[in-house]
Amino acid sequence: MSTQADSFARKRRFSDIVVNLALLILVLVWTIPTLGLLVSSFRTRFDIQTSGWWWILPHREWVTVEEFIPGDDLDRDGVMEFAGVSGTFEELRAGIDTDEGRVTWVGNKRLGVVKVQENKWTIRTDFTLENYGQVLAGKTYEIQTSSGDVKTVQGDDFTGSFLNSLTISIPATVIPILIAAFAAYGFAWMDFPGRKPLFTMVVALMVVPLQIALVPILQDYVRLDLNGTFLAVWLAHTGFGLPLATYLLFNYIKGLPREILESAFIDGASHFTIFARLILPLSIPALASFAIFQFLWVWNDYLIALVFIGAKPDVQVLTMRIAEMVGSRGSDWHLLTAGAFISMLLPLIVFFSLQRFFVRGLLAGSVKG
Amino acid sequence: MQPTTDYQVKTSGFIDWFALIIGRILISLVVPVTTFAVLIIGFRWLRDTIPSGTAEKTAVSLVAIIWGVGGAAILYVVSNWLVEQLNVLWVKRLQPFIFVGPAVAILIWYLALPTARSFWISLFSRDGTEFVGLANYLSIFTERTMLVAFRNNLLWIVFGATLAIVFGLLVAVLADRSKFENLAKSLIFLPMAISMVGAGVIWNFIYEVKDIADPQIGLLNAVWVAFGQEPQAWTALNQPWNNIFLIIIMIWLQTGYAMVIFSAAIKGIPDELIEASRVDGANEVQIFFRIMIPYIMGTIITVSTTVIIFTLKIFDIVMVMTGGQFASHVIATQFYRQAFTNNNKGLAAAIAIVLLIAVVPVMIYNLRQFAEEEAF
Repeated sequence: MSTQADSFARKRRFSDIVVNLALLILVLVWTIPTLGLLVSSFRTRFDIQTSGWWWILPHREWVTVEEFIPGDDLDRDGVMEFAGVSGTFEELRAGIDTDEGRVTWVGNKRLGVVKVQENKWTIRTDFTLENYGQVLAGKTYEIQTSSGDVKTVQGDDFTGSFLNSLTISIPATVIPILIAAFAAYGFAWMDFPGRKPLFTMVVALMVVPLQIALVPILQDYVRLDLNGTFLAVWLAHTGFGLPLATYLLFNYIKGLPREILESAFIDGASHFTIFARLILPLSIPALASFAIFQFLWVWNDYLIALVFIGAKPDVQVLTMRIAEMVGSRGSDWHLLTAGAFISMLLPLIVFFSLQRFFVRGLLAGSVKG
Repeated sequence: MQPTTDYQVKTSGFIDWFALIIGRILISLVVPVTTFAVLIIGFRWLRDTIPSGTAEKTAVSLVAIIWGVGGAAILYVVSNWLVEQLNVLWVKRLQPFIFVGPAVAILIWYLALPTARSFWISLFSRDGTEFVGLANYLSIFTERTMLVAFRNNLLWIVFGATLAIVFGLLVAVLADRSKFENLAKSLIFLPMAISMVGAGVIWNFIYEVKDIADPQIGLLNAVWVAFGQEPQAWTALNQPWNNIFLIIIMIWLQTGYAMVIFSAAIKGIPDELIEASRVDGANEVQIFFRIMIPYIMGTIITVSTTVIIFTLKIFDIVMVMTGGQFASHVIATQFYRQAFTNNNKGLAAAIAIVLLIAVVPVMIYNLRQFAEEEAF
């Protein structure tokens, strides 16, 4: 009996290890991409361009201990001698191994230098905040390039885009929730002609792809001279977020005990008072769930901003600026990584501090819808 | 209604009563008109102000946020106040429309009408002057670039949606039996907070390719070169399989969503059921396929539908990674290209209608579910 229990426990332990190992691998695969971005955003431009970000970990690397500048009078086509080794240009170019390391010719035949290198364990920890400074600032300022000379560069003014993202995201989160909450209350607890067909419309519109609206709505905006304004983007996000918001809040408000409504009525309260004083406070969990959902969606949106803000540079949001940067300066990784991380900062804070609400919102949205 | 007793009417006479009515009508006019005026002045000011400097911009942003949020709230308060000036019967009749009216109006303007309008636009030529019937639909299904987009979307669904669901299920099951459940789930879920544009940067960096003589700074090529291979431009070469490298990004983003929902569903499986099958000698693999999967089948279908609809509309990732180059266009990027780059509104609208038709079965299913519910 005890041996059987033993083998059972051993099996359990073994399967625990397998489970945790598999989970660890998956988690690493899912985390490393973001980690690489984060680490790189603090590395210098030179480091990013010349080595992988994982070089911040201990690794073996050729470290130059001595450097020679070959004299002009040296016969570069013959056999040359440096630091006790001799060889032709081609041999030196490929690197000649010595007891301590190697001697190698770096650069072209005429202007190159000869380096004596040792293969040492090193880490690259030359971290900097300069990338962030450069991305956030709007003014021009001077930087020192890797070759030593000073260059004037235009900052990317992500501060302004950050403010734009915020100015779009907050109202585009609050307005649809407000409108949806009123509508949800109306559908749940008020009686009026057309109640059922109108709510059926809400349900039907839940899966309509927003692409369907872009062309006609853009026409309206051009006609109304609304294009490129905050209001235009808020309203668009409101329109596209409303069906789900109304449906979710309806389900929640419908589930609140009806006695609350009845006793408030007896006390002489109007619908408006009941809604503002009773229902809104009681619905905070549902409102918060949807708010996080909508906030992340608006903050991370690219398509709607692209269509309704378009080329107006002073209203552009972060996602647009980053996408533009990928297109025009795709190899400026020191700026891209910092910029991308700035755009992820707020969603990540919201996500980690309010994860519970977010999960609840997702569950309500998918299990029902 | 102000309580006006017979006594008051009699003593102060008709003129006072008339003045009261006029006064109330005036106030009822002045309040909404002032509200509208203030809101419109605010809008004009916000639209025409070009702030210079961060401090000024912060101030303008603050005003805009207050104007937007406050404006929406005030419109409700004022219109409700206006209705409550009427007698009880009319309040009862009109108040529901104060509550649901704005939502319904916006839904009609932004989603219901555009469906009809897009269909109408899709029947016309690129600038909307010439009626072309179904010609736009014909070119959608015959043009080579569109067919490539359809094929790619199919790849996105077959590989992207499927793997996101499979990984989501795998993580949910594994995490359920691990001590590190919450940590693991948080980390897998984390990409959900990242924009597709941000994810594009993250993965572009992983796919970065350098000359073979230089050190590789992209993780994938670094690993690839370490195995003695030549560095590859993953998202450009080997068409159509370059699409897979874009699809990986979506899997990375969506697995967390599937995992969260599956995780909740798995927790809903009664423990006795699992224990009983274990006692009956079922091994873990059998439990997974014979008990868990059938038990949460409903959830699997729901999640699959959601992920497939999401995949059907995929846009940002392709736009940021390749811009549709290297045969990587999908339906939504073709829509964007036709609508706003080629300025072929007719064709773009037709593409949108095709997207809509693709989700109609889900819409019908939702409506049927809704009709069955007792709630209404």
